[in-house]
Order: sequence, then structure tokens, then C-alpha cells
Amino acid sequence: MLDARGSAAAAAAPLLAVQGLTKRYGGLVAAKDITFQIGAGEILGLIGPNGSGKSTVMQVIMGIQRPNAGAVRVRGVDVAGWPSHRIAQQGVGIVFQHSRPLHRQTVLENIMLGLLPDKLLKLVADRHVRERARAIAERVGLGGVLDRKPGTLPFADLRRMELAKAIARDPKVVLIDEPFAGLTASEMDSFARLVADFRADGRAVLLVDHNVKSLAALADRVFAMYLGERIAEGTAEEVTRDPTVRRVYLGGGIDVAKRPPRAAGDAPILQVENVSVLYGKAQALEGVSLHVHQGESVSVVGLNGAGKTTLFNAISGLVPYNGRIVWNGEELHGRSAAAIARSGIVQCPETRELFGDLDVRENLDLAGQHLPAPEASRQLEWLYLLFPRLRDRERQIARTMSGGEQQMLAIARSLMMRPKLLILDEPTLGLAPVILEQISNALEQLRSTTSITVLLGEQNVTFALPHADRIYVLDHARIVWEGEPSCFAAEAAATYL
Amino acid sequence: MTDTLRGLLGSRQVWIALVLAAALVTLPWMVSAYILGILTIAYYFGVFAMSWDLLFGFANEVNFGPTFLIGCGAYAAGLLNAHGAPVWACLIAGGAAALLGGVVLAVPALRLSGPYFGLATLVAVLLLQQFIVIFASTTGGEIGLTMNDILSTEPITNYWYALGFMTASGLVLFTLSRSPVGLILQASGQDRIGASALGFNIVKHKLAAFCISAVFSGLAGAMLVFYLGTASVGTVVDVAVGVQVIIAAVLGGRRTILGAAIGSIFLILAGEALRPLGQLSTFVVSGIALLVILFFADGLMGLLLHRRGDT
Repeated sequence: MLDARGSAAAAAAPLLAVQGLTKRYGGLVAAKDITFQIGAGEILGLIGPNGSGKSTVMQVIMGIQRPNAGAVRVRGVDVAGWPSHRIAQQGVGIVFQHSRPLHRQTVLENIMLGLLPDKLLKLVADRHVRERARAIAERVGLGGVLDRKPGTLPFADLRRMELAKAIARDPKVVLIDEPFAGLTASEMDSFARLVADFRADGRAVLLVDHNVKSLAALADRVFAMYLGERIAEGTAEEVTRDPTVRRVYLGGGIDVAKRPPRAAGDAPILQVENVSVLYGKAQALEGVSLHVHQGESVSVVGLNGAGKTTLFNAISGLVPYNGRIVWNGEELHGRSAAAIARSGIVQCPETRELFGDLDVRENLDLAGQHLPAPEASRQLEWLYLLFPRLRDRERQIARTMSGGEQQMLAIARSLMMRPKLLILDEPTLGLAPVILEQISNALEQLRSTTSITVLLGEQNVTFALPHADRIYVLDHARIVWEGEPSCFAAEAAATYL
Repeated sequence: MTDTLRGLLGSRQVWIALVLAAALVTLPWMVSAYILGILTIAYYFGVFAMSWDLLFGFANEVNFGPTFLIGCGAYAAGLLNAHGAPVWACLIAGGAAALLGGVVLAVPALRLSGPYFGLATLVAVLLLQQFIVIFASTTGGEIGLTMNDILSTEPITNYWYALGFMTASGLVLFTLSRSPVGLILQASGQDRIGASALGFNIVKHKLAAFCISAVFSGLAGAMLVFYLGTASVGTVVDVAVGVQVIIAAVLGGRRTILGAAIGSIFLILAGEALRPLGQLSTFVVSGIALLVILFFADGLMGLLLHRRGDT
């Protein structure tokens, strides 16, 4: 197809050029007019908080999602909207955050998979395939475990195997999702070296992560997104200094509400002591301790993957843990999730978990099942005052509502169960500022008119700070800071950005 | 080639299968013609179940209508034979008809995800069944179609045909499952996105698996009706027959191919052994199958392999 001039242009063009990329999910614009380029031997960091659209951009490049508009040029060829396998054949490889290896095959066979051609008549692998797979395994540091099954490998080695599978296809463009998630400091170093090798090989690398800090040493340039839009671009240092980026991650003039001081000396209603959680081989929580007092609002802030949801799931009895969690003087270990919920700890999960095919009223009624009828209707009346929007939408099917309305319903449904402790996990995820304000007002009302204790998990510091009496910062499975909201900007902001 | 060969010889499954095959070869000198007849049917079922396992175990697609493919093969062979075609031509036609039917069904059905593929295959069986009943003047309808020819009148000869056919099919399907395309098929079945991101056209690979499954099912269906001497809805098309194939494959052990054949032999022999119980025998066999599915999801082959540490 390409004439001589065309191929010359392709050679000079960047390996990956994304132009005007837009992706909508229904009414939500997940990525809007995104444009960037990556040349040979260059590493671009794509950052943004949870829900900013960075994963969407990556998925569109790989062909896992189809864009609504825009172009994705790989070596000069527009591949936007192609199926994944053709984009892969055009020279794009991806390293997923979560690996799903073939468990009955050995590590070597898993890597060989990446070396096989997409042909139906390949009944016998070429002789060189096994040797190539072996060489790649050596390169990423898997030389000693070639004949083991993936299930027996530590987490970091599984990540290496994913990297090896991507290398096997010899991609010109490599997309890596959260390269360092779940790794220890020394493992991070060896991973960084492997990624740097990609640059030395002359590949174009796109690293997708939450914040600049984790990519600063590696990325040549950083592209920052928020709510689907580009907010900054430049070197890691420039992006870190960028006022918009600082406002998104740290909040602008952080507004700290004046709180009436707590009666001194009252015992905490919830104590988490030295709690650790392992997911298979990944350390999701490590020695986390915190306490919450009656009527207090406590925020746990941390980026996606820091361990917030795991912490809440441990408190709600949804994941096994080591350590102690004491609620109202009673140890929760060994009690079922249902028993914990009945004792007054109600979690409003990040994923909302609404009954999508039921309407607003039915969702609320379900949560109010255990209440006597008059009390349930009084509670419902109160919730409609708290979220007037829900009264207007009473008969609307939950899954057809906007994200903000669904979030309100999720919170209302949790409150319908009359919690003593309300755990809110990322209530602001993917929501527009105007909705944030309404949810913010509702939380303020809760604080001033009820005795409900609130534990809020957020990566959006701007939202978390005004609603907190105290803040914990969770980073890579550990609590790294604890203090008053007024001290956050000065003491903890640097660890967060 | 040597790698594949070494891989095959290194597998415990292959040794289990070889020992079993050796045992089956000696049976004509040890058991009655009646038992040989039961086993002959069991071997054809073994091929149905192995073909089904290629789809379920490797492509991760549940085909609730194995009898659509089997029935296409059986009736195509039967109808041609009624018009005077020789047996060998009818067998080839049976395989080809199942392939054609399979492609017509799978091309649209593989675009569906989740349980819808399975539902589409189930509906296909009902359609085929209705078709046969409606065109009764040609197909014999509910009474069935009597074949002009049969494979052989000798039970021992029939036994050899069935055992040979099952062994050959098992060898092909098992080798295929352990080959590079088998590896790609497993990756496509277990992680759609991951496999396509590695550059594999998963629809193509699944379609190929479906076609292979169809050819063996259709061929086995055609062989079976030439053994039985009749083709009827109750023996090669009915949903209950398909359920039996599925139970046999799951009972034998998912993703093992050879386990499916063992499951079929076990299921049919158990049904025969419990025949004195009358109506209860089906109940007891189904109960055993349910227990195995609930508590030993890896099936009989899984039990054999796990005990010896070959997971």
C-alpha cells in the first residue's frame, strides 16, 4: 500500500501517535480529545487519579475499546477501531496489571504462547520458539523457574512473566498498566531496569499510573489527565509543579471546616490494630492501625491500589486478615460479614453494588426490610430530604440513572440500614464537581444532625479534607501519615503527589 | 516434532490411556457379545464426549447442543444411504454435513458472549428435531430411518470398528489439544482480552475448534447409526442424549480429552450394570454424576492425575 514516500514518512513519524481521541460511555465522556505522541526509545508516563480516563485511553490504543472519534497511528497506520489482535500484529503489546496465566502450563509454555503465530495449522512449534522463550525468560529474570507452574510463583515473578509474554511479540509500542503495583522497593528497581531496557531497544513505551512520583525516575515526559481531559504535559518536574495538577491531587485552597472538639478521653468505637492482608502473593495491607471515635468523621486518603478498599473489606469481614479489629469493645475476628453489618457497620462500596434492574424505591425498600414499617417509612422520608433528587427519581430503574444519582442512591441505601458506622469507599469516583457538591452537602448534614460515625476512603483530597476530623494517609499498603486536616498540606502533600 | 513426542510420552494421561486401550483390546476374548455391543455404543459416545471437551475444556464454550452436530452427521449419512449411496460415502457426507451445520451455527453464535452461545446451540437441537419430525416422509419422523446397510453383523467386527475409531479420534484430538494451536485455544478460552492482545484472532481459533468438534461428532454419529441400523431422534438428536454426552465429559474430567472417553464408558457401563434397578438406574447414575460434578469438579481423570501429583 505504502509508496516510497509514504514509508519514508512512516519511518520518520513517531511510533505511536494518538490524535483527538474521544471515548464516551453513554453520557459519560471518559476521554476527550486526547492527543500525544511517543517516539522510538521514549517513555511517556500517562497519569491521572482514579476515573480520569487514563485506562480508557490505554484500552482504546490496544483495541479493547473502540473510540468514538480520533486516530491512533501505530507506525503511521491508523488502527483506531481495529480489533485487538490486529493492533497487536501491527506492533502494539500490553502488560496488564493483573495476570491471568494458563495455570496448567509451565512458565516456559506461557511465554512460548507469546511467540506463536496466529495460524491454525501450527501443530508443531518451530525449534527456535523454545530457545527464544528461554532467552526471554533469562532476560526478565525467570531463568530459574522455567518449569514451574504459574500458581507456585511469587507475585513479582508473575509480573515478570507478563512482561516476558509482551516482549515475546517484539512490540514496537509497549503499554504497561501500573508497572509497580504490588511490588516491593527492590522489585520496583529491577522492574524499572526492565522498562528502561525497552527504551534502549528503541521501543515506544507508555506507562500508566496514578501519580507522577512513581514514574518520575523513568518517564521522559508525563501526560496528566483528569475527568477525561488533558490537564498538563511536560517533564515529571514540570507536571509536579503544574498548578492544575496540584489542585487535582491536593485541592486548591484546602477548605478545612471548624469542628467542635471531641469530649476528651472517650474510648474509640472502632480500633484496627496491626492488620495485614495478603491477596495471594500481593501484600494489600501491612500492619495498619487506626482508630475512630463515636461521632467522628475520619478520612483514609490514598491513591487507587493503596489498600483502602481492602482495609474496609477487612473491617466489614469480607476478606481474611491478620491482626485485631475491635468494634464497640468486641473483637470482630471470625464473625460473618452479615453479623458485622447487623452490629451497625455498613459499607457503601466503591462499586456501589446497586440492584441495577430495580428502581430507586425498591432498592431502598430492600435495605429497609429489617425495619418495622412505620420506622422504614420515616427513614425513607428522611433520606428523601437528604437527597431530594432521589424523590424525583423514585420510580427510575437504577442502572439508567447518572453516575452521581447512583452514588446518592448507594449512600442512601446504606443509611437505610441505620448504621452506627458508615464506611464510604470512594463516593466521588468519576463524578463531576457539581455532583460532588451535593454529596458533600449531604455528608455535612449527616455530621451536624446525626450521631453516625463516618469512615471515608478517598483519593480525592479536596473532597476528603473538609469532611474529616482526622486524616490517615495510606500508601502502598501502609499508613504513612496521620493528623489533622489543617496539617495535611504542609506535612503529607509531598508523599501524595 | 521430538518436543511434541517427548511431551506426549511424558504425560501420565497418555500412559493411563495406553494401559486402558491395551485392556480394551483384550476384551473380545473375555466378555460376551452382549457386553461388546454395549461397549461399542460407549465408544461412539466417547468420541462425542471428547469432541465436546475440545470446546468446553479448551475453547471454554459450553455447547449445550452436541446432538445438533451428531444428528446432522447421523441423518445426512442415513438419508444418503436410503438413496443408495455406499457406506464410505455416507460416512464422509456425515462428517461434512456436521461441519456445514456447525459453521452455519457457530459463525453467528460465537459472536455472542456468556451463556448465549450455549442457548443458541440448545435451540439449534430443537430446530433440528422439529425439522426431522415435520419432514417425516423423507426423514422417517419419530419412528426413525432404517438403514439399507450396516457396518457389520459380527459383534466383534463392530467392536473393532468402534474401538479403532475412538482410539484414532482420541489420538488426533489429544495431540491437537497439546499442540501450539491447543495452547492458543486455551488462552483464547481463559482470557479473551489477553489472548487478543497477544495477537490471536480468538474467533478464528474458536471457530476452528468448533469445526473440528463438529467433524468428529458428525462422523461418530454416522458410524453409530450404521452400527444400530436405524437413525432416530431418540438415539442421536434428543436433548437428553446431549445431556448424557455432557455428563460423560464432565464426569471424566474437563480439559483432558481422554477423560471424556473414560467418562462415557463408565456412564454407559454403569447404566447397564444398574439395569436390574429398572427405572431407578437412570436416577442412580445421574445421582453419581451430580456428586462427581459437585465434589470432584476435575472428574475421574482429575482424581487419577491429582493423586499422582500431575496437576
